[in-house]
Formats: sequence, C-alpha cells, structure tokens
Amino acid sequence: MRYWRSAEPKRSYDVVVVGGGGHGLATAYYLARNHDVTSVCVVEKGWLGGGNTARNTTIIRSNYLWDESAAIYEHSLKLWESLEEDLGFDLKFSQRGVLNLAHDQGDVRSSLRRVNANLLNDVDAEWLTPAEVAAFCPIVNVAPDVRYPVLGATLQRRGGIARHDRVAWGFATAADRLGIDIVEHAEVTGFVRGPGGRVQGVETTRGTIAAGSVALVAAGHTSVLASMVGLRLPLQSHPLQALVSVLLEPVLGCVVMSNAVHVYVSQADKGELVMGAGIDPYNAYTQRGSFHVIEHQLASALELFPVFTHAKLLRTWGGIVDVCPDASPIIGTTPIDGLYLNCGWGTGGFKATPGSGWVLAETIAKGEPAELAAPFALERFTSGALIDEHGAAAVAH
Amino acid sequence: MLLVPCPWCGPRDEVEFAYGGQAGIAYPADPDALSDEAWADYLFMRDNPKGPFAERWCHTSGCRRWFDLVRDTATSVFVGDGTPEVG
Repeated sequence: MRYWRSAEPKRSYDVVVVGGGGHGLATAYYLARNHDVTSVCVVEKGWLGGGNTARNTTIIRSNYLWDESAAIYEHSLKLWESLEEDLGFDLKFSQRGVLNLAHDQGDVRSSLRRVNANLLNDVDAEWLTPAEVAAFCPIVNVAPDVRYPVLGATLQRRGGIARHDRVAWGFATAADRLGIDIVEHAEVTGFVRGPGGRVQGVETTRGTIAAGSVALVAAGHTSVLASMVGLRLPLQSHPLQALVSVLLEPVLGCVVMSNAVHVYVSQADKGELVMGAGIDPYNAYTQRGSFHVIEHQLASALELFPVFTHAKLLRTWGGIVDVCPDASPIIGTTPIDGLYLNCGWGTGGFKATPGSGWVLAETIAKGEPAELAAPFALERFTSGALIDEHGAAAVAH
Repeated sequence: MLLVPCPWCGPRDEVEFAYGGQAGIAYPADPDALSDEAWADYLFMRDNPKGPFAERWCHTSGCRRWFDLVRDTATSVFVGDGTPEVG
C-alpha cells in the first residue's frame, strides 16, 4: 500500500517547505493541523526521510540545561507521548529511560546541576549512584579500575527511542491526509525573488514553484540553500557517524549515553545495537566519515559494555549535521522577507522532530516567532544571547 | 581517515592534526569600532560550501605548524596545485 500520494508540484502554494525529513514533514503537518494552512508543498531532493531522519540513533529526551531548551524539548517530548494516537501511526515509541553517564567530578557536578535545573522546569530527572546504574542497566561496567569509571548517571525515565523511518512516514501520511503535497526528487536549485528581495518561490529540478513563504528545513544542506540568497549562517556541516550490530537477543533495555567517551547506544526493537560516535572534526558533505572515529567510539563502548565484545558490526554510515556554535538550533524568521529557517539541530535533532515542526508552523502561520521559538532566533548571534547546550547535547560539537 | 598533505612533513594521517575551520578569518583591525553585526560576523558566521573550501590545519603531533589547504567538502579530496598557501 502507499502511505502518501506521489504529488505533482502545483504552480503555487501558500507555503513551500524545503526538506522532506522529519522536521520538514512535521512543519507541514502542523501547518495544516494547527493553523488550517493546507496549501503546503514539501519538496525533497532525494526520497522522503532519506537524510538524517534515517541516519540518526533515534534517542528522545528533554533533559537540557537552560529554560529555553527545556521548554522546547519538553514540549516536543510531550508531543511524542501522544504522537502515535495523533498521527494514527505506529512509531515504535518506547519510553525506556535514558541514562547519561558521568565519568569524572566535572561530569558529576554538571550532571547534578542539570538534574536540578530539569526538576525546576518540570522535566523528570534523577541522579543514580554507580550501584543504582548497575541495577538499572546491569550490563554497564561500573568497576572503579577502568579508564573512564562510571561515577553516576542522570536518568530521564520518560526518555527513550522511536523508529525513525516510521516517524517520517507517519508525518507524511498524516500531512497527505490533510491535503499537503509531498514532492520527492525535486532539488531546489534557486529562489524566486520579488520586490525588496522577498522570496516568492523556489526553482527546482521539477520546475518553478511559487510560494507565499518558504521554509528551509534542510539540516546539513541549509547553508548551501541559504548561500543561494546570499544569507550567511553560523553553521558548519560535519559528518556524524553511527553503526549497528547484527541482530541480538534483548540485552539492553534502556538508552545509555556518555558525553566523555562518545558512546550512545540503544537496542532497537528488531534487536540490533544502534550506536553513535562523535562528529568528524572537518567540514564535509560526504555522508561518510573517517574510520578512526568509529574505532575510538567502539573502544570506549567495549570498556563500558564488556558483553559487546561478542557482537559483530553490521554496518556504519554517516549523516551531515549542521552544527551551531552554541549547540542549539536556529528557528524563525530571516533578514529576507518570506524566508524562514529551521536548522542547526546539529547532532541531536531527532528528539525535537514534533516540537520543531510545531513551533516553525506557528512561526510561519503568524509571520512572527512562536513563543517557544523566539529565543532560538538567528538574531541571538548578534545580541549575544546564546543558549549554550554543549553539556546537554551529549555529543561533542 | 584523511591523508593530510602537511607542507613541511608531507602526507600524514589525519589523527596527527587539529582542524582549524575556515581560513583567512582575520582578527578585526579595530575591534573597539566594531558593530554588534560585525562582531557576529567575525565570531560566528562562516562559509560552509559544498565544494572547494580553504581551511586551516595544525600538525599538532608533528611539526606543530599551522597551514592552509583547499579541500573539496563534497569529496574530502584535497585540491589545488600541491603548493598550499602557508598561513
């Protein structure tokens, strides 16, 4: 069966969303669902959900440090909690708990600070001692004599994982049902500019599409699109690698993350261990990275989880992440009329998929920043009001 | 792993190097006179092309010198005439 129509692009829409990943599809869906804006087209250069949506490690949590981040990520987590019902689509959403390990006194202090900050923002958070970590996740090595001993962990029980492909398919199906056109294999090659430089549409490999508003939701390729209208952004695109093992019996019942040694791992419902590494240091659009990054990640993973020495690596891959200087996203209006941005999610955008779409849809519908999106405006790099989430981002930027 | 052509040591493994991002970002000549927009531009805004990109590398585990190279970010192949500009 087909979940969504293969739409032919019309000549004109109220809104064109560039990027058919989770964030773009969620934006289109919430434009229709929350704001009755149904003249919407999502253009995707490849196939739907074939970029970072299909390449991430599917971790969902909201335990960020600052109030602005807690607000948007927690809004997103609350949406996840009713998303399957809302979309009428099984997303394999599983709130199995997310552990963030602490390996030195600096980690311990910043983790405790984050637990307290989370509790003040009504985000569920707990601090576990090493013995409690071992009780919650028995395969974690909490021995004191390893290179990076586990000194404790934060736990967000409402955190978990979802099946990434199904998230894209679910949003696409629900958006399609509300009359939104999803046009795959249409790469944006330029923009239609009007009086005062206003963006009035996009040139694509499937023709010109006029639009009242255009939203760039293209993750690692956002800079490439923005450069077509002379907009320079504080983004750098890097490969971020991940890997899976062969299918195994259930062995890991929660998500485990470690900032310090760049391990984040869960076991998908099919049985494969899904692990992510740190970003490759150099700018690139190659969707693959250097193998030593994987090697380093696995060395740490094997020390943390000695049982993984029995697992065989199935495959590795990379996605292109758009990294922002403060490890927070950019959402909102731009200096160019008619053009909106939702980018800079870097290494951690999957968890924000519904919340990101929700606030961008509201921003486009109103023509001004949604309350939850306002702190993440591009202007913060001029005002200096950065939202530094390098600690909570959990993957080094 | 990239093979980085250090102008002094020759091609060496990427793990010997630190990456320095976009080349040619000069410290403002008169910082006191800079507007907020100009500071934002200097501190945060960077080119991020899919294609040739002039970038900084430091051979931290070798000669410890900084230098500039041009690399195609779509392929990660170093490009140019083999005589990198030394910065």
